[in-house]
Amino acid sequence: MSAAPRISRQGLLFALIGLAGLALPLVQLRPNRIVPGEPLSLPASLGWPGWALAVPLAAALLALLPARLPPWAGLALGLTGALLSVLALGWAATALIAPDAPLARVSPAAGFWLLLLAFALAAADALARLAPPVAWRWGLLLGTVLAGAAILSSGVLGDISVMREYQSRHDVFWREAGRHLLLAFGSLGLALATGLPLGVLVHQVPRLRGAVLGALNAVQTVPSLAMFGIMIPLFGWIAATVPGAAAAGVAGIGAFPALVALFLYSLLPVVSNMAVGLASVPPPVAEAAAGLGMTRAQRLWRVELPLALPVVLAAVRIVLVQNIGLTVIAGLIGGGGFGAFVFQGLNQTAMDLVLLGALPTIALALVAGVALGLLTAQAGGAPLERTAPA
Amino acid sequence: MIGRAALAAAALLLAAFLISPDSFAPLLEPLTRRGAPAVYTQTSLWSLTVSHLALVAGAIAASAVIAVGLGVLVTRDSGRDFLPLARMVTAVGQTFPPVAVLALAVPVLGFGDWPTLLALFLYGLLPIFENTLAGLTTLPPQVVEAARGMGMTPAQRLWRVELPLALPVILSGVRLSAVIALSTAAIGSTVAAHTLGEVIIAGLLSSNAAFVVQGGAVIATLALLIDAGFRAAESAARSRAGF
Repeated sequence: MSAAPRISRQGLLFALIGLAGLALPLVQLRPNRIVPGEPLSLPASLGWPGWALAVPLAAALLALLPARLPPWAGLALGLTGALLSVLALGWAATALIAPDAPLARVSPAAGFWLLLLAFALAAADALARLAPPVAWRWGLLLGTVLAGAAILSSGVLGDISVMREYQSRHDVFWREAGRHLLLAFGSLGLALATGLPLGVLVHQVPRLRGAVLGALNAVQTVPSLAMFGIMIPLFGWIAATVPGAAAAGVAGIGAFPALVALFLYSLLPVVSNMAVGLASVPPPVAEAAAGLGMTRAQRLWRVELPLALPVVLAAVRIVLVQNIGLTVIAGLIGGGGFGAFVFQGLNQTAMDLVLLGALPTIALALVAGVALGLLTAQAGGAPLERTAPA
Repeated sequence: MIGRAALAAAALLLAAFLISPDSFAPLLEPLTRRGAPAVYTQTSLWSLTVSHLALVAGAIAASAVIAVGLGVLVTRDSGRDFLPLARMVTAVGQTFPPVAVLALAVPVLGFGDWPTLLALFLYGLLPIFENTLAGLTTLPPQVVEAARGMGMTPAQRLWRVELPLALPVILSGVRLSAVIALSTAAIGSTVAAHTLGEVIIAGLLSSNAAFVVQGGAVIATLALLIDAGFRAAESAARSRAGF
């Protein structure tokens, strides 16, 4: 076995996952949204056009096998395969829903998820090998988001059960989406407004460091359900007893307690990364700035903060991804957001409704994570170039 | 971060509360309204704590075995092809919200303890795997070379040099997974898992702040104790490894 293998082992793994996906049922056909259904494969749900789709999908999976496959070809195969799988799902749903059974539901089954996983892994593997420049990765992210939006708005997927849930409540959906974004970004904004100055303070007064970071660390260990839960009686009590608090918008119900809970979770990464970022400024740089006659404030604004930027952006990424996920729990305490669909769906055992809440949350978290990762990568290179002439 | 004395006091207080919750009723009484019960009695707090911890321990033990095993595989010569993919999958996978993973496990496994166990297991894999990779790929090269020079077999190098040196980093991954799992398990009670989240949910449904506070305080204290326990284990492993 000393000779180089002709077949790439990752390729073999992706092909096996994908072929298993093709062999398993692509969709589930159910008479209505609650009852269990009948599993159907791609050819069984689409007839001969199903074979016309299954053959190129299988060919794309087998094309991933050669060890000498260039990464860009792997990326193209992965993206095309994923697109084709999604379109197959949409067409299968349209073919299966009879006009005289408006309550019938078609939902993606194991086969679809495995196909999507195989192609996504192939694309991820190719991307990790290509390691394209940041500008290309921005293009890829933007392209993926735009393609996703185009597919969703084209109506190709309109007959899939999750989209049925969306159609029956699209006004509510966009209101909850706005609420979700408001909670995630609003708490991030609040955390930056208070956490960054606090981080500077902790850096400049090292005696405070242990106490502040210790307290914020303890806050971080409070389980999310307890944190959101405790906010309700706490702010209900404050609104009822502190004069003027209720008029200022403090309330025990709605979005306010959720916003405060998210804000508290966001503080630790912001404060500690600000302090770490400032501490990582090399002493010769700080001394040179002092030697140039800069005041302490000038040094902070013009030298230390720009150098700490990448570390602060890393904190923004952590907080945003974490908050987009945690905002789901706001749905449990009446704070709105996509969590409202998740918990409503769990209560009604309507899994399509759960998906309507969970899938957009995952998509948002992924896009935010990738976008801020790219921003951090860009900021990581920039300060060095700027300081080089000095 | 928090002194040992404070931790010991918290542990004692927690034990006292779990053994005899009723004696804390006067403390919780002010949080109730209209004569609502101050202490949750539907299910014994002790049994909820035990099943909560059992879920977390079972899931995280399984995650640790699988994640460390996979981490070892992709850092051997034979598995190195998978390393770039593995790094990317862990980076992307960790942006998946734990609650969403929990919600997606329900269609597969139905309601009860199992979807929670699956979600905790899946989500627990990533931090442990990431830290195993970090630990095994940043070993000082001269140590690995020395072990090779001494004529150790690859298996001996792994068990006697690489894993002990990486242990502190691996343990901090397990700590992260365990603390996240403890919190996610509480949300598991929305899909009918037997955890302390049940107390909080009951408090939310009947607007009884006393229930919310006692459920939250028990989980938070457990989280602090588990966090401190793993930190102690990490520094023990670190000093054993000679850092």
